[in-house]
Amino acid sequence: MDNIPAIVETLVGRFPQQEYMYGGHNACPGCGAALAVRYMMKALQDKAVIVIPASCWSIISGVNPLRCLETVVLHCPFPAAAAVGSGIKKGLEAVGDLHTHVVVLAGDGGTFDIGIQGLSGAAERNEDILFVCYDNEAYMNTGMQKSSATPYGSVSTTTPPPRIKQNPKKDIMKIMAAHQIPYAATATIAFPEDLLAKVRRAMEVRGFRFLHILTPCPQGWGSPVEKTVELSRLAVQTCVFPLFEIEDGRRYRLTFCPDGPVPLENYFRLQKRFSSLDREQVELARESVNYCWEELRRKASVL
Amino acid sequence: MNGNQAAALAVKLSRAQVVCAYPITPQTSLVENIAEMWARGNFPGEYVSVESEYSALSYLIGAAYAGARTFTATSSQGLAYMHELLHWASGARLPIVMVNVNRTLGAPWSLEPDQRDSLSQRDTGWIQLYCSDVQEIMDTVIVAFRLAEEVKIPCMVIYDGFSLSHTYEAVQLLRQEQADLFLNPPPKSALIHPSRPQTVQPVTDYRYMARVVQAGHRAMMQVPGRLGEIDRLFAEIFGRKYSLAEETNFGNAETIFVAAGAMAQTVKSFLPLLDGGEEKNGLLRLRLFKPLPEEEIVSILNKPSIKKLVVLDRNLSMGIGGVFAQEIKALLQGTGFRGQIFELNLAGGIDLTLDLLRRGMERINAWQDGEEKIIWGVDL
Repeated sequence: MDNIPAIVETLVGRFPQQEYMYGGHNACPGCGAALAVRYMMKALQDKAVIVIPASCWSIISGVNPLRCLETVVLHCPFPAAAAVGSGIKKGLEAVGDLHTHVVVLAGDGGTFDIGIQGLSGAAERNEDILFVCYDNEAYMNTGMQKSSATPYGSVSTTTPPPRIKQNPKKDIMKIMAAHQIPYAATATIAFPEDLLAKVRRAMEVRGFRFLHILTPCPQGWGSPVEKTVELSRLAVQTCVFPLFEIEDGRRYRLTFCPDGPVPLENYFRLQKRFSSLDREQVELARESVNYCWEELRRKASVL
Repeated sequence: MNGNQAAALAVKLSRAQVVCAYPITPQTSLVENIAEMWARGNFPGEYVSVESEYSALSYLIGAAYAGARTFTATSSQGLAYMHELLHWASGARLPIVMVNVNRTLGAPWSLEPDQRDSLSQRDTGWIQLYCSDVQEIMDTVIVAFRLAEEVKIPCMVIYDGFSLSHTYEAVQLLRQEQADLFLNPPPKSALIHPSRPQTVQPVTDYRYMARVVQAGHRAMMQVPGRLGEIDRLFAEIFGRKYSLAEETNFGNAETIFVAAGAMAQTVKSFLPLLDGGEEKNGLLRLRLFKPLPEEEIVSILNKPSIKKLVVLDRNLSMGIGGVFAQEIKALLQGTGFRGQIFELNLAGGIDLTLDLLRRGMERINAWQDGEEKIIWGVDL
């Protein structure tokens, strides 16, 4: 438990009650992305404007004239978010606002796939923005088409059985680390204190910051709507989605270390998208998860 | 100086606050000039070099959302790569100014100054101004900022690759104090702040969208009038007069050439050398292309002496013909214009020489009913 930063401990039992996201939003029942943003907003409060490319959140944030976030939300084309966000920051500075934070809120498609060129460019230039990827592991807004964040073995409407996704999920954190950005972290909704602490930490850093939030999607994952938080927790406990931070692309730190990993089957069993995996394929998935987890522990010097 | 240097200097004098670009031939020396001024602390705004044209315009959409005065420049493939953002910028009514240095679109690769890059963006809701010489490039960039900000429509300043971008001409420099008199001071407060919650360009239904596009159209229809006023102000301050569409006709011209860009300047210099000389040959130079200034063009072309229009297009919409020719034909519908309309097509970036123009006119003068009305430069 030495790996849990002090800032998280101080939040336990004292989670901010003030809401910056309101009910009446357009998220589906059990939406992990809605919870992620609700928590994120508690850290951002009224200090940031939000940039949203095409994604679930284009809809969740409200169809004109409705809105659910208590701040400025700016929509932009699908691949453009990192550059638009960077431009907003530069534009604000040019007209004299040096303080407002700019937060990009993109899905996995807008991050891993169509947005990656702009994301890489903005990271390389070390633009002073926070890029948040809420990752539901496919194009969920349009009904579960595979993205490069879709994990090995998942069914999607564009990887229907028996041609389920054959390739592993792109390792976006390694890609961001390779850019040597000041701060990158993973988070998920079952660990709200950790998520909040990481957003706060990101807000203290200048330069390009990246937050990768796993957000289960009952519609796409084929999971019961009441299991969203449990799936989020299982993703961490099975080491499918470890919680960690990277500073300057070099210094790794685990922010949660499962005492003994929970079997991968417990995670898969709750989701219809993995239902066509046979025993051999589950073993392949397990090998990959184990390899990545060991590698991460080595980098974080806990092995 | 050359066209790219003139444009760079005008951007500086316009006090652009955020300049973001990606280099592409033949625009490159324009952004290099700005980068050079910026690096030496000689540029009033910020210059950002990004990883693609797509991100360059995205960046400016962001900066303009925030309220800053913005500029970018590109050519050819770069402009095509920006395509969806061109629509976004005009839909969001952001007064971004961009230079496009005309260059052929591939395939195959080519560097010639074909105009298809800018003309294929005709329907993106941007104002398009075509320049004919280096002085006009410098003047038009600053005019574009004033125009774009007044009507809240993004504006493209267009000139020919190499024949203007890299050709040196004597120019009268604009002075900063004149530019400051001509333009409003650059914005000093943000259009957005978290304390004023709002949603910018949200998902909407067709009813609202229909209003958005209609309002865009109506604003565009104001452009000729507004530009006319801006041109008058420009003449007062800088002493040079521009018109929405420039006429060269000494009264009884039977043939009127229609052209935009450097080619218009070339044709103008050829007029005295053609059969019938300046008495019988005239020119309509298109400066404001998008939207076309209908009234001015009709009054220039609807003269009883005019028997023939020869539209020079260094571009091609395959299956139709030259884009300028199509626009002129459409505009003259129902105006009572009785002359013949020919196209001299130089698509691919063919250079207009006197010899080529003479041979083109021979074909046109020998034209008989039923023959194709497009005279292909490549066949001459």
